[in-house]
Amino acid sequence: MLFGINVLCLGIEGTAHTFGAGIVDSRGKILSNVSKVYVPPKGGIHPRDAAQFHAANAKPALDEALQRAKVKLNDIDLITFSAGPGLGPCLRTAATAARALSAWLRVPILGVNHCIAHVEIGRLTEGAEDPVTLYVSGGNTQVIAFDAGRYRVFGETLDIPIGNCLDVFAREVGLLHPGGPQVERLAREGKNYIPLPYVVKGMDLSFSGLMTEAVRRHRSGEDLRDLCFNLQETAFAALVEVTERAVAHTEKKEVMLTGGVAANKRLRGMLKLMAKEHGAKFFVPQMELCADNGGMIAWTGILAHEHGVRQRLEDTMVKQRWRTDEVDVPWRSRK
Amino acid sequence: MTLMKKGAEANLHLEDFSDVLHPAGAGQVIVKHRISKRYRVPKLDLQLRESRTALEAKLFADAKVAGVPTPAVYEVDRVGMRIVMEFIEGKQVKLVLDRLNPAERGKLCHLIGRQIARLHRAGIVHGDLTTSNMILTRQGRVFFVDFGLGEYNPSLEARGVDLHLLKRALQSIHFRITDEAYRAVLAGYRREFGKGAGEVIERAEEIERRGRYIPKEERTWH
Repeated sequence: MLFGINVLCLGIEGTAHTFGAGIVDSRGKILSNVSKVYVPPKGGIHPRDAAQFHAANAKPALDEALQRAKVKLNDIDLITFSAGPGLGPCLRTAATAARALSAWLRVPILGVNHCIAHVEIGRLTEGAEDPVTLYVSGGNTQVIAFDAGRYRVFGETLDIPIGNCLDVFAREVGLLHPGGPQVERLAREGKNYIPLPYVVKGMDLSFSGLMTEAVRRHRSGEDLRDLCFNLQETAFAALVEVTERAVAHTEKKEVMLTGGVAANKRLRGMLKLMAKEHGAKFFVPQMELCADNGGMIAWTGILAHEHGVRQRLEDTMVKQRWRTDEVDVPWRSRK
Repeated sequence: MTLMKKGAEANLHLEDFSDVLHPAGAGQVIVKHRISKRYRVPKLDLQLRESRTALEAKLFADAKVAGVPTPAVYEVDRVGMRIVMEFIEGKQVKLVLDRLNPAERGKLCHLIGRQIARLHRAGIVHGDLTTSNMILTRQGRVFFVDFGLGEYNPSLEARGVDLHLLKRALQSIHFRITDEAYRAVLAGYRREFGKGAGEVIERAEEIERRGRYIPKEERTWH
């Protein structure tokens, strides 16, 4: 609320394969949240192809978001967009859409950090106040917790994100994109333990060696179901261990899981057990909000805007490698 | 038996020497117990706990030989996943670093850097260099008390990661003094490591740039 007036915000997400348009008001009500997801015909995501998909789907997504929210374009008070981190061409497409709308409607524009938006939408809908968040997707792997005025990264991947590890493994062994769900399905039938590289370096993780070794084992004839099982068990144990270290270090009493890989039931189960052992509450937003979406960009934009964060149109360049701990979060630090 | 610290990986108990080791002994010991994690499959759980227990005991001893103060290991139990070791009295560097005056802080960080260099020269990487794993004693010695993620690895890459991790720890815990502290650590490291230190430091910087979220060749488009 700004001076008691309910602000209507349109959030545009476009960091990777999803183009999202979400409309949220400053009471935290999500009026609509439309996502168009680019699925590559084969192989992985090519940034340029994904960006072209976004450009083609921007108007349909926007129309649908307005229609579902039952509002008109002129009712929008604020435009926010995912300014990073993400794939350059995708980010620039979403930013271009946001700038055009902002200029046309003569309403303020604000770039939002994608990773922080994932945390904020979970805090809004799940009622988590101060969680240690494990954010796992095809493009990101971070353990995030609020400390001394900022969202700080208590652990992250040193090479590839976990979602990418699962997807590339799946592709290399002949499963379809997105590979995560396929690996999860096959893992349920795996039984035999195969030692695979387990890499935790201090607070950080590494999955590239694990992925390569799993692919190599497949080529040398190891059972695919066993490999899927062990790939998951090894990677997830490392993720939970690093999250656990952050919980032990910060002594926070809430754990949240988000990002596309949050769909994995085994990972949920493991993290829930860990949280329980530390007497912490466990939260997972509904999958629509775990995945990339415009609603989270809208809501985080509202929080920032209400606390005085402003941007001029000419300052809205995208930041492909925007770090979580570079972002000022006055809505949490000035309480 | 007092639970001193419930860590992520292990529990630390403070116990009487006479209870744990020998009735004639005096003083106190630390029992580090690697607890089973129910979220891991049993075989992976067992393998991680056993290998870490055995390796850590060996690293404590070899670090000491290399000139880095570590607690003396009294007993290693590879079935119960316990290490019984000397109790080091002092303060966690984590708790004192921000409060010291800049000169003292510089000296402490310099010493830490020298000790890291000694480890590296002995073929050891620590794997978890954070200020909560370092104890400053009244005599001004700095004990490295946790080698749970350490390994024998003489590669440039592993050494670079080690330094990078310390920088990350300084950034997350001591964010007000990160730069000056890290500079002093590097000065100590250079002094002790001698020839080749620059290469390790360069690698640490490269690892930082390799990271996923570091601004690099940031282009701006309008």
